[in-house]
Amino acid sequence: MDLFLSGLDAIARFDVIAALLVGAIGGVIIGAIPGVGPAVAIAILLPTTFHFEPIVGLTLLLGIYGSSMYGGAIPAVLINTPGTPVNALTTYDGYPMTKRGEARRALSLAYSASFFGGLFSVICLMVLSSQLADVAPYFGSREIFMAALLGIVLVVVAHRGQNIAAGMLVCFGIFLNTVGLESIRYTQRYTFEQTWLTGGIDLIVVVLGLFALSQAFLLLVGKDERPTAPPVSGGMFHGLGEVLRHKRTATSSAGFGVVMGIIPGVGEFLAQFFSYTLTQKLSKEPERFGRGAPEGLIASEAANNAVPAAAMIPLLALGIPGEALTAMMLSVFYVHSVIPGPALFQTQPDFIISLYLCLLILNVLVLGFLLISTNMLLKVIQIPTRFLGVCILTLSFVGVYSLRNSATDCAMAAVFGLIGLVLRRLELPMVPIILGMVLGGILEDKFRTSMARIKTPLDFIDRPVSAAIFSLIVLAIALHVYSLVVARRRKAVADSSRGH
Amino acid sequence: MSSQHKTGRPQTKSMAEIVPIRRRTGDTVFAIAVLAFAVVMLALIGEQTKFVKRLKWTHQPAFWPAISLGGMTLFALLYAAGSLRRGGKVSSPSGLRVELFLWLRAVEFVVWFMVYVFAVPLAGYLLSTVVFCLALTLRMGYRDGKMLSAATAVGIGIVLVFKTFLSVKIPGGAVYEYLPAAVRNFLIVNF
Repeated sequence: MDLFLSGLDAIARFDVIAALLVGAIGGVIIGAIPGVGPAVAIAILLPTTFHFEPIVGLTLLLGIYGSSMYGGAIPAVLINTPGTPVNALTTYDGYPMTKRGEARRALSLAYSASFFGGLFSVICLMVLSSQLADVAPYFGSREIFMAALLGIVLVVVAHRGQNIAAGMLVCFGIFLNTVGLESIRYTQRYTFEQTWLTGGIDLIVVVLGLFALSQAFLLLVGKDERPTAPPVSGGMFHGLGEVLRHKRTATSSAGFGVVMGIIPGVGEFLAQFFSYTLTQKLSKEPERFGRGAPEGLIASEAANNAVPAAAMIPLLALGIPGEALTAMMLSVFYVHSVIPGPALFQTQPDFIISLYLCLLILNVLVLGFLLISTNMLLKVIQIPTRFLGVCILTLSFVGVYSLRNSATDCAMAAVFGLIGLVLRRLELPMVPIILGMVLGGILEDKFRTSMARIKTPLDFIDRPVSAAIFSLIVLAIALHVYSLVVARRRKAVADSSRGH
Repeated sequence: MSSQHKTGRPQTKSMAEIVPIRRRTGDTVFAIAVLAFAVVMLALIGEQTKFVKRLKWTHQPAFWPAISLGGMTLFALLYAAGSLRRGGKVSSPSGLRVELFLWLRAVEFVVWFMVYVFAVPLAGYLLSTVVFCLALTLRMGYRDGKMLSAATAVGIGIVLVFKTFLSVKIPGGAVYEYLPAAVRNFLIVNF
């Protein structure tokens, strides 16, 4: 109870409340604009948050991350365009509901399911991160090396159909991390005798280039579009009751979101896909899915909103980010010399409690804001896309330049912006590059520390936790290979039956 | 989402059907560029990293660059091979030209961005941002007063939020030096 009160005391401040409000409202608005998304906003705001205390900065970023998916449901339901990529499945049942005149019901359901998923995952974060932190003292350098390796393997495996590209890009990320002055022998690596490369390639510069500048370039070179959305009339409160009537769907979907959020490199889309598929399979009326089934909408929204808080579990407990947005947040911890991991639960428990409370309050704020402001948000959806590109490009400058007032950083970010544009055009993932950079650093560091204590490679897995993680790596690869073989066989059978 | 199965029960679509993964035009060019980059970097490993005598190979500074570049080369080779194998099915030479031209068109906005970067320390954040927003809005084809007003408002709004209220570290403009001391200090701190 004392801990709870001290956590509450830590957030009962003007700056934290302002961060909560800005994060909640800003995130919803950003999510509602197709083509922006939380990654762009977080990348731009990241250097700004370095000036704030960790709890303020993280609340702002988590607010944007968590609430953007609420906002992303609005264009998904009303104009069949997901506001963020993870709202893709929301269009399947949300838009048909709008077409048959049930836009208000669809939006209300989406908000309520998101709220349910958000709350569910915060509760899981509270329970699981402390449990994981109990196990965390067993994590030495070998175990953290193995966990980072598991992250790398899962990032590659999770990009189904793009495994080779993901592997290539994750290796590119690891390589980027090696550039600059190496920390043990202080030798230079791939600096080409350029002083500006001696300090290495900054993660924030890469993140801003890949996520923000590339999106601006993409919008600026593309056709100008002005989406229009029909107005919505009536109250939005009925959805809460309807979600509770489908509590099994909501709970299982939020559960999928939590599991997928914890597993590195997997994320919202797979959570949404699995929960939607399961709900459809278990439904008494599966034929309604894709034609405006409320359960479908609940499944997709509860699942994707359960991911953000769950993604914080490995970050807080082990210091290992599972996806690009938590990797960005890791830099906020580092800037303030707060090292996430088991020690954080012992040394700063009130900080952890404050973070939980912020996440809880955030979900309530977002729901309250959405229930009264949907029609206002429709205007945001209608911003012309090229003008949006102008805004993102202007905002990107603040993000990069405020780091160290360096034009070189801006030029590097612009180069990564071009790389990001090509990746976006080719529909290739950018997340492996970021995770490669972050996890690559952890891999190198922990590998060196481990090597001082081991004699043979088998010593890496001679402890229970490292052996368990190694087994997970083998299992993940084996399951992936098996699923590829099964998919190939199915395709061959389908091709031959078409031939007949 | 669902399609009717022979049994009457709707069949669930696979993830690949929901989000089809396809090779896009320009894929081969990208794959070859990545492969070339990885091979060149790998070839430079002796020159760009140091070999430390009496140090285990796993502790050598070149170890992790070698691992990452080796992996990158291998994956890029597989990716390029896959792209070349499928290349004929997905792109025509004219389609490829259009795609490459689109990539090159983005360079124009890199130039816009860098001009803005160099203008800020000279003209100051407020003036540079408002002019940048207005000029780029015009370049994007918007001519009506509503959009130009919006561009001006966005420029001023960004400066007010980040520099004035959040005190983000952006230097004052060199032109401020020509202003009276009181005005100069005010502008340096706020705009």
